[in-house]
Amino acid sequence: MRIRRNQRRRIVDRIMGVLSVLATVVALIPLASILIYVSAKGLSAINWDFFTKLPKPVGEPGGGMANAIVGTMILVGLASAMGIPLGILAGIYLAEFGRGRLAWTVRFICDVMTGIPSIIVGIAVYGTIVVAMKRYSAIAGGVALAIIMLPLVTRTTEEMLKLVPNSLREASLALGAPQWRTVVSVVLRSAAGGIITGVMLAVARIAGETAPLLFTALSSRYWHTGLDQRIASLPVYIYTYATTPYEDLHRLAWGAALVLLALVLVTSMAARVAGRRASGGNRG
Amino acid sequence: MNVKLLVEEFSAWYGKNQAVKDVTLPVPLHQVTAIIGPSGCGKSTLIRCLNRLHELLPGTRTKGRVMLDGQDIYSDNMDLAELRHRIGMVFQKPNPFSTMSIFNNVAAGVRVNGLRPGTKMEDIVEKSLRMAALWDEVKDRLHESPYNLSGGQQQRLCIARALAVEPEVLLMDEPCSALDPASTLKVEELIADLKSRYTILMVTHNMQQAARVADYTAFFLNGQMIEYGLTTEIFTNPKDKRTEDYISGRFG
Repeated sequence: MRIRRNQRRRIVDRIMGVLSVLATVVALIPLASILIYVSAKGLSAINWDFFTKLPKPVGEPGGGMANAIVGTMILVGLASAMGIPLGILAGIYLAEFGRGRLAWTVRFICDVMTGIPSIIVGIAVYGTIVVAMKRYSAIAGGVALAIIMLPLVTRTTEEMLKLVPNSLREASLALGAPQWRTVVSVVLRSAAGGIITGVMLAVARIAGETAPLLFTALSSRYWHTGLDQRIASLPVYIYTYATTPYEDLHRLAWGAALVLLALVLVTSMAARVAGRRASGGNRG
Repeated sequence: MNVKLLVEEFSAWYGKNQAVKDVTLPVPLHQVTAIIGPSGCGKSTLIRCLNRLHELLPGTRTKGRVMLDGQDIYSDNMDLAELRHRIGMVFQKPNPFSTMSIFNNVAAGVRVNGLRPGTKMEDIVEKSLRMAALWDEVKDRLHESPYNLSGGQQQRLCIARALAVEPEVLLMDEPCSALDPASTLKVEELIADLKSRYTILMVTHNMQQAARVADYTAFFLNGQMIEYGLTTEIFTNPKDKRTEDYISGRFG
């Protein structure tokens, strides 16, 4: 009787093991196929000119997307400069200081913001900044992306800080450290790895956003000339080129998609390394 | 008896639940005082009130006085950082800072409170680790993570960390409950060594431990202090029936 039960357990264990491996494979199929497909389509468009030249007018062969690559970096940089510090500070407030109604309100607004479709953020920024400045600009684009990023950063920071065991906070307070110092040198450092990962996910998310840029940064065929001017970006180029009937531009769009993927990949890998270093190279 | 810390008519609550009920307890200077009692008797809550960590939990409240050298630590002009500098604490479970090296764990409190001029951090760290009887085991790996240490070593590291800021009073909340017998013995020897310089108040549910290391013992039950006196008196000649029942192992 007991032997049979053990045998049954072993069989169930096997089946569950196989099922979870299968589920992982199924989950990886779309990711891998996107990577392979984009690489296959995009590689042919990638050459030196792609990274150094401006786009040519329609009909002329060649040309590159240097301005869009730089533009995407500027837009993501602008958004990060606004969204990351604000988001992390808000997350610290929620996890370490926030009690009562204000914290509840901030948390609620954050959750609502996470659910707002990005195109609506674009329209909102259009209605405020673009209308006020009377032109499309990199700043407006950066603000739109920062708004999308903010709740993601805030909530991951909060969640990561809440994972830090209370015993560490008490150890620090019991040594006579004031609360801000406890948060900075003990709590934040313990959570650094997780926060950086969360921030990178947010950066990756906004790097590919198209809709909010259509209303704010628009696009440009030229080099970036100032933050108050419209600016080119990879997602908008992908969108505009892919919707033209020209084979040549389709090819460039695939190339842009590949570059965008690579950019996101490289930044998140760099952040992983930085995160590991920030948390002291060990995780328990 | 020279009283360093005097708990007077002190009560503490978690929400509506009163965990400490009108306790008056003297803690004599340069002596080891132990609080014994079954789980949930309020002994840990009480010592968490003595460096004012208790009030950090939502919904908690206290009443009464705790006099440190004649000054009420619950008075409005008490500086919490200063208080916690003077009254150090060792917790039930070892809680070294995971992101810092062994060296920096010991140095952390000193950095917070400021290094006294003319002293060197290396010296303070070495001295503290020696006092905690850990120096010989870690002197060649000061820059490793504390997680490479055993549980007993981690707890002695936490003791060294608390000693480094030179507190006047050391609170210990069941410091050996997570340790094996060999480490427990080391920590107990350590406590005996430390009392010439520090005033120690420890919580334990291990009666033998209290009998071994404490000069004075207080017995707590359901938030009340039932009996207090010289350890030898409490263990050989308890006055209260409940104390007698507890120390003879009839409950708890």
